Amino acid sequence: MSQQHPDVPFAITLDVGSSLANRTGSWRSERPVYLDRLPPCNDACPAGENIQAWLGHAEEGNYEAAWQEVMRNNPLPAIMGRACYHPCEGACNRSALDDAVNIHAVERFLGDQAIEKGWMPAVAATSSGKQVLVIGAGPSGLSAAYHLRRLGHAVTIHEAGPVPGGMMRFGIPAYRLPRDIVQAEIDRILAMGVELELNHKVEDIQAEMQDGRFDACFLAVGAHLAKRVDIPTPDAGKILDAIGVLREMETGDDPPLLGRRVVVYGGGNTAIDMARTAKRLGAEEAIIVYRRTREMMPAHDFEVEEALAEGVILNWLTTIKEIDDSGSFVVEKMALNDDGWPEPTGEFDTIEADSLVLALGQNVDTGFIAKVPGVEIAKDGVIQVGPDMMTGFAGLFAGGDMVPSERTVTVAVGHGKQAARHIDAWLRGERYEHPPRPELAGVDKLNSWYYADAPKTVQPELEIIRRQTSFDEVHRGLDETNALYEARRCLSCGNCFECDNCYGVCPDNAVIKLGPGKRFEFNYDYCKGCGICATECPCGAIKMVPEEI
Amino acid sequence: MLKQIEGSRAVAEAVGLCRPEVICAYPISPQTHIVEGCAELIRAGTIQHCEFINVESEFAALSVAIGASAAGARTYTATASQGLLFMAEAVYNAAGLGLPIVMTIGNRAIGAPINIWNDHSDSMALRDAGWIQLHAETNQEAADLHIQAFKLAERLSTPVMVCMDGFILTHAYERIAMPDQAQVDAFLPSYQPRQVLDPADPYSIGAMVGPEAFMEVRYLAHDKLLQALSVIPEIQQEFKEIFGRESGGLFHRYRLEDAETVVVTMGSLAGTVKDMVDERRADGVRIGVITLCSYRPFPLDALRRALQGAAKVIVLEKSLALGFGGVLATDVRMALHGVDTLVHTVIAGLGGRPITRKSLARLFGRVERGELKDPHFLDLDLDLVRREIDNQRNQITAGPIAENILRDIGPRATKVG
Amino acid sequence: MSDMTAEQKVKFYQKGTFTVGNRLVDQARRSVQASMERSNAITSGHRACQGCGEALGARYALDTAMRATKGQLIAVNATGCLEVFTTPYPETSWQVPWLHSLFGNAPAVASGVAAAMRVKGRQQVRVVAQGGDGGTTDIGFGCLSGMFERNDDVLYICYDNEAYMNTGVQRSSATPPTARTATTPAIGPEPGNVFGTGKNLPLIAMAHNIPYVATASVANLHDLERKVEKAMAIRGARYIHIFVPCPLGWGSAGHDTIRIARLASECGLFPLFEAAHGEVTGSLPIRHKVPVEEYLRPQKRFAHLFKDDDGSARIARLQRMADANIKRFDLLRDVEETPL
Repeated sequence: MSQQHPDVPFAITLDVGSSLANRTGSWRSERPVYLDRLPPCNDACPAGENIQAWLGHAEEGNYEAAWQEVMRNNPLPAIMGRACYHPCEGACNRSALDDAVNIHAVERFLGDQAIEKGWMPAVAATSSGKQVLVIGAGPSGLSAAYHLRRLGHAVTIHEAGPVPGGMMRFGIPAYRLPRDIVQAEIDRILAMGVELELNHKVEDIQAEMQDGRFDACFLAVGAHLAKRVDIPTPDAGKILDAIGVLREMETGDDPPLLGRRVVVYGGGNTAIDMARTAKRLGAEEAIIVYRRTREMMPAHDFEVEEALAEGVILNWLTTIKEIDDSGSFVVEKMALNDDGWPEPTGEFDTIEADSLVLALGQNVDTGFIAKVPGVEIAKDGVIQVGPDMMTGFAGLFAGGDMVPSERTVTVAVGHGKQAARHIDAWLRGERYEHPPRPELAGVDKLNSWYYADAPKTVQPELEIIRRQTSFDEVHRGLDETNALYEARRCLSCGNCFECDNCYGVCPDNAVIKLGPGKRFEFNYDYCKGCGICATECPCGAIKMVPEEI
Repeated sequence: MLKQIEGSRAVAEAVGLCRPEVICAYPISPQTHIVEGCAELIRAGTIQHCEFINVESEFAALSVAIGASAAGARTYTATASQGLLFMAEAVYNAAGLGLPIVMTIGNRAIGAPINIWNDHSDSMALRDAGWIQLHAETNQEAADLHIQAFKLAERLSTPVMVCMDGFILTHAYERIAMPDQAQVDAFLPSYQPRQVLDPADPYSIGAMVGPEAFMEVRYLAHDKLLQALSVIPEIQQEFKEIFGRESGGLFHRYRLEDAETVVVTMGSLAGTVKDMVDERRADGVRIGVITLCSYRPFPLDALRRALQGAAKVIVLEKSLALGFGGVLATDVRMALHGVDTLVHTVIAGLGGRPITRKSLARLFGRVERGELKDPHFLDLDLDLVRREIDNQRNQITAGPIAENILRDIGPRATKVG
Repeated sequence: MSDMTAEQKVKFYQKGTFTVGNRLVDQARRSVQASMERSNAITSGHRACQGCGEALGARYALDTAMRATKGQLIAVNATGCLEVFTTPYPETSWQVPWLHSLFGNAPAVASGVAAAMRVKGRQQVRVVAQGGDGGTTDIGFGCLSGMFERNDDVLYICYDNEAYMNTGVQRSSATPPTARTATTPAIGPEPGNVFGTGKNLPLIAMAHNIPYVATASVANLHDLERKVEKAMAIRGARYIHIFVPCPLGWGSAGHDTIRIARLASECGLFPLFEAAHGEVTGSLPIRHKVPVEEYLRPQKRFAHLFKDDDGSARIARLQRMADANIKRFDLLRDVEETPL
């Protein structure tokens, strides 16, 4: 004790800090450990984006780093920020506090910034010497091409149509996804050295691969065959399919003629898009007929709301039986049975309309694929792939709408990335192993008191009158201030964001701060295992584990 | 400089000459005039660079002193009687922390019954607290002892009480040789604390000490007081060299040469006793006086040597250990352990009861005739206490003794005090 | 943008606004506890129980005072848990000059230290005295009141854990009604501490008309630091009363110390306010109001309240106390949630 001060009184007077000799860590029955949990947004993202990571860069105002982080998984942020149905936001823990973080708006902001500023993604410096053929220039094919290119492979896309983009052009109306944005992001991929051959319809995959000396092929031609139902009609010309109409919007010289009253049959997002497009094409009435209830519609609720706001009429619990000789649509009312499923009631009614657009889903054109040996067609007419996304034919991979999965642009982009990883591994004679998923950072893991109340930024919307008459983009983007604000609403669920709480709240000084970006360490010599750090960690990045005694 | 001055004022001025830095006080008779004097000297600018703090209790007074002393300030306070007991916890604490605080005790009885007059019950109650306790015989010595006390306290890093008899000394006007500032400055160096609270060199003062070291801590404190037995005479000598007079030391000797009977006493009583001794000596009685100055530490060996030739020792003390007897007498007996000397315990002057020459003459006569029983209570109204004791034996509930005595004592009360 | 709906007003905000280390606030206003250079006035190796609120509160307060005084600080400590767990021979956890004298005299000892600094012309050295609720509201109350009325240059900090914990959880005058302690057992017609007793020391301190009085909580570090900083910028007698849960005495989980302190303020039972010269000058609004049950339930000292209808009636009475605080200190006013 009184070594520094031999003159001071014995025992009563002590040298400062001498309690460091007392290792209180021996009291502990549980120890805190830092861990990284999986944020719900990342967990929900079909494209496998590390949303939290890029929001983190954005929170610091480092937008290019944020965008580069997005680009590690998704080559189309400006598109995805508009077209994605953002399951991330549905999973966002922030909704338990106020509203989910407006993730897609920030992503869109980053994507737009990148286009404006001409940012380019990093590409592997060395070439692998391998060549990969991608068939189809939709979101899945473009994504695969992009990722394969990043990995150093030479990529050629063969696209049957006259323009690249696939469903990004033919499935999503311009008022949701402006075409200049689509083109800009595709151009950026091409600028990385991806070869694109348009109007190149592949009939014989094996021959194409051999002729082009491709080492592997990713097949992503989507699902373009509209499903039809048999509706008796005296005038077949009155019945159109939504995909055809939307495609014609992109490729035809004149807008399709639908008439003043248009009936759209179906309850999915395409039905909504179709109805809203019909309004914009001048239809006085656009009526959606759906056989189940409003709640059961597969379309996203916010899109239904937007459609209703624009004057689209919704007839649910209704089926179309026939178009009679006078041209009237005979419809039957449905009712939910005890199990909650719609059943015919025998009550009929008629609707007057000029055209019927079917939006009942699409099938894959599997004709040319079925010829490839080993390729299996699953039920529903989609291509069977393994967990590595490879078909039964070695070196032939497939993804997007043509494999069993949810059909969204985001899923397609995710497929492209996964396929690229598997192809890359396969080309090296290896297997790609997805790293194990950490445990989920659910809302129960958070201590939300530390986050200030901050309702989400509402993206400005175009006025209704303009929405009913033009294809101008409905949603405006965020500007820098509100994008920053929005990024800062992220709770960083499950991952330390160096808030210093653990360092501050430890009654035993048993947390060592390692400095910016280096996070913290526990000093188990002194940690008594009280667990305050874990309880007060706002984002759930600490857990208590029993000591082995 | 010779001054006709009240004892309290002399002490205040002497303390002032010691350049105190913090003085804190709470009023209690009979020490009030001392701190009033200090307050006035500070306000008048006679004492400079000194904080005077009016506190809310004696407990706070000594506590403020503890803080100030630990922070390196030369610190002084004064109290008496109930006040000393009210601060008792802090008295032990100041000693335990080794803080060189100087505190005057204007010795006074302790109630109940409440009594403001002089005896030594108060300082005796805290004799084992670890403080050096010095008793002044005269106001000159009271003034001088304060100057010595700071030096002693700071040399040993231990607190010192200077005890002076309440009213008899504190309120008495006497002619006193007041030291001047240059002399005091020459005698008393500036305070160099052994430990001090300082952000530049921090440590923790006042740790909790368990059984593993408490004995040693206590032994070291004991040893420090024993060291004072040699330091006190050294300082006494240093004082004499500068001020030219004998003051302080372990005890004073008076006419001890060839004394068969020695009276051992403390405080102002010694004056009266010396007069009596002179009278007895004139009658050929070989009698002398020892006046203890240092009660704690108690000079066992020096006293034993001083009493070597005596056949009889009369311990005349103003304190009583209830249920036991003399306090000082017990200590004197300890000094004479193994020596065949007759020691008389005489309890006198409790609660301000005058100790008259007549009573002392009667006492010495009885000692000389071998008639004194031990212990002896000087001038005790034996009839009264026997009657009261009998009353109590006959009653189931007796009521407060003090009230009964006052009732019984009736018109005689005026004769006392 | 005339065709756009009104844009939402943007508020300054960062994720984890109320955390220890909000990186977006000015360097000067950042928490001391986020700093790698904090003084750690109490360092590791002390013997406080797991999850001790007092150990935390004392480090929060003194580290702040150390920063405010640029290290020119002397601490005086009353007897109690804080003293015992930090300084058992041969080890001390303190890293500041520190003096412990007695249970009931810390304010007076601190006055003495301040007087010494004044007389030596070292007024830049500031004095903090600290004690638990027993040492402050009971045995040290006389000395505290004296220090206040003399307006001595001392910041006195009471770490209030609402009972005598060091001696085994006996009632103090800071023990709340219904709380079970070793001397107010949860039995008989009025289980636990009785209603209508106890004293509110911050209000008593205000009655001394001293320049600064505040309440604070280990659950709100930024507020606590701001108050200590403020107190250190003022000369004269100052008082801060810090709420520090005691897992041992309250029968709560060690990891819940801050959570319970937070609930105490969020339910209104422990209002956070400050006062200057006897007038309340501000209070911290409740961010997320909770009923008192949420605060009471995790603590075994209140377990008897959840057993029967009589208990429910007592909870209702405690709720009325909380509501009275909310009204008195205007704790539910609608304010823009400006971080820090």
